[in-house]
Amino acid sequence: MATERRSETHPGIDSYGRVNRDVLKLLSVPGRAYRILFACVLVVLAWGIFAFGTQVVLGIGMSGLNNPVSWGLYITTFVFWVGIAHSGTLISAILYLFRARWRQSIYRVAEAMTVFAVLTAGLFPIIHLGRPWVFYYLLPYPNQRLIWPNFRGPLLWDVFAVGTYLTVSTVFFFVGMIPDVAAARDATTVTWRKKLYTVLAFGWRGTNTEWKHFNRAYLYLAALATPLVLSVHSVVSWDFAVSIVPGWHTTIFAPYFVAGAIFSGLAMVMTIVIPIRKIFGLEAYFTPRHFDMMSKLVLLTGMVVFYAYLTEYFIAWYSVETPERYAFWNRAFGEYWWATWIMLTCNGIIPQLLWSKKIRTNIAAIFTITIFINIGMWFERFVIIVTSLTREYEPWQWRPYMPSWVEMSILAGSFAWFFMWFLLFLRILPGVSVAELKEVLPAPIRRLSGRRIQTGEASP
Amino acid sequence: MSAHSGVLGIFEARDDAVAAIDALRAAGMKRMTVYSPAPDHTIEHALHEPKSPVRIFTLVGGLTGAATGFALPTWTSLHWPLVTGGKPIISMPAWVIIAFELTVLFGALSTVLGLFILNRWPNRKPLIIYDASFSADRYGIHLDVPAGASAAAARDIMNRAGAVEIREARGEVTSAS
Repeated sequence: MATERRSETHPGIDSYGRVNRDVLKLLSVPGRAYRILFACVLVVLAWGIFAFGTQVVLGIGMSGLNNPVSWGLYITTFVFWVGIAHSGTLISAILYLFRARWRQSIYRVAEAMTVFAVLTAGLFPIIHLGRPWVFYYLLPYPNQRLIWPNFRGPLLWDVFAVGTYLTVSTVFFFVGMIPDVAAARDATTVTWRKKLYTVLAFGWRGTNTEWKHFNRAYLYLAALATPLVLSVHSVVSWDFAVSIVPGWHTTIFAPYFVAGAIFSGLAMVMTIVIPIRKIFGLEAYFTPRHFDMMSKLVLLTGMVVFYAYLTEYFIAWYSVETPERYAFWNRAFGEYWWATWIMLTCNGIIPQLLWSKKIRTNIAAIFTITIFINIGMWFERFVIIVTSLTREYEPWQWRPYMPSWVEMSILAGSFAWFFMWFLLFLRILPGVSVAELKEVLPAPIRRLSGRRIQTGEASP
Repeated sequence: MSAHSGVLGIFEARDDAVAAIDALRAAGMKRMTVYSPAPDHTIEHALHEPKSPVRIFTLVGGLTGAATGFALPTWTSLHWPLVTGGKPIISMPAWVIIAFELTVLFGALSTVLGLFILNRWPNRKPLIIYDASFSADRYGIHLDVPAGASAAAARDIMNRAGAVEIREARGEVTSAS
């Protein structure tokens, strides 16, 4: 047998063959726990769809939306899911360009999360429409009335940014998976799986020309996805920043949103990966080092976010603008004070625990912290949207907002929708990149085993 | 002549495969396809291949996207010249955002198109010269042998380099997976 050496990034994995066996084992028949979980997810999703149905039939009045708060929980949740999406591209594209050698095992899960999170996010602007069936008015399509969308409006920029992001991340996801799907195709004996993988592998054989074109294409896709990921949340932030609502009209929004997106996305990756690692026995693939590295990134982006919070308050004070000062006073001490303090505690204070190496390597502690961050980041968007809109402009139009049961059900349904795709993904497609992981493992080499191979005189 | 006429050597160590590639090339046998379970720079160097032209697709797609991103808003705005927000009909700063997104969109899609064209995907034919272990942990070298020529020399080289299996790959003779 060929001699195996140890990988510095994944010391627990000893051979190429083992990667295939371990990863493709995930695609086996799901157990009882999986079926029960999946059924629960479907029930919650069905409830969410029912709630949406009542809103379609009875009108947008079923939500708590009214003037002046016409952007409530739906847009909060839209921004939340777009943000969650960001870390997938960070790990698959940006860390690829930086040649971070720990990303290989984790990036497929993160990328799947990106695709499903954008898929979830994209529903919310449509759910939010009073007449969701005319959503296609957003697109520039030739029509009889010769009416075109207003390209000067930030909401249309959003259509292009989120649409591009969904398309590019999906393409990136499926193209990156081709060699792994081919491996699944070669290993499986189940007929429907064989058919599916044969289609998705596009006839991949792993030849030198295929790898050559594939690697180059992957590099350029990563190079395109990197500025894209930074642009998407910037464009989302301009939905707010381009308006003149106090609390929204700030230039800091784009970098602040991008940092927040990566912060929340990384937290969500860890929230998802930690149970998967435990349930599927993938400890050798998701090592404590991965969590250490990601925790450091969470800490960094969390500090940027916290700094942005403080800057907002400082600028509100420094500007001597009464509406701006009032908006921020209202955030911290107005009727939504609790939301603001949840946000500050979860995103600003709790992540500081990650300075300690002991906590960064304690999986249970990280899991708890990341759940707090997920909650905190949802509340961040709630605070930005709701506190600003309830106290928009003139006092006579101020009006409080509380989400209705329909909105809460759709929020719960969105989580179910996301996890439904994710659970299906785990059972159907390779959840860890087989080919990329092999790149960081030492290749099977015979020479170290001492057997001499004569090559010089091999020519006839 | 069958397009698949040749010899397929299967190796379980990368250095054996590289040694075989070097020896075959030294013997003037250069028409080969190398299979590997992971992208491998050592093999790439051994084969002395030119760079992939996929970047041309990226460039052309990206430029088309940028041009579309400026042209579409300009054309549609001039089609119905309605002033909104007191801004010019052709508001370049806003167009930059659309142009940026379409640069990325078209660039990415044409990169993938290039990948498919260059690799002649989707390849719907059954995988004839192939072995299922190539996607797991083995390396393969398929050498094209012109009709009438003998494959004995190639077999000998592969054997000496440490191939664990050598097959005559002619048409439907070898069918794996």
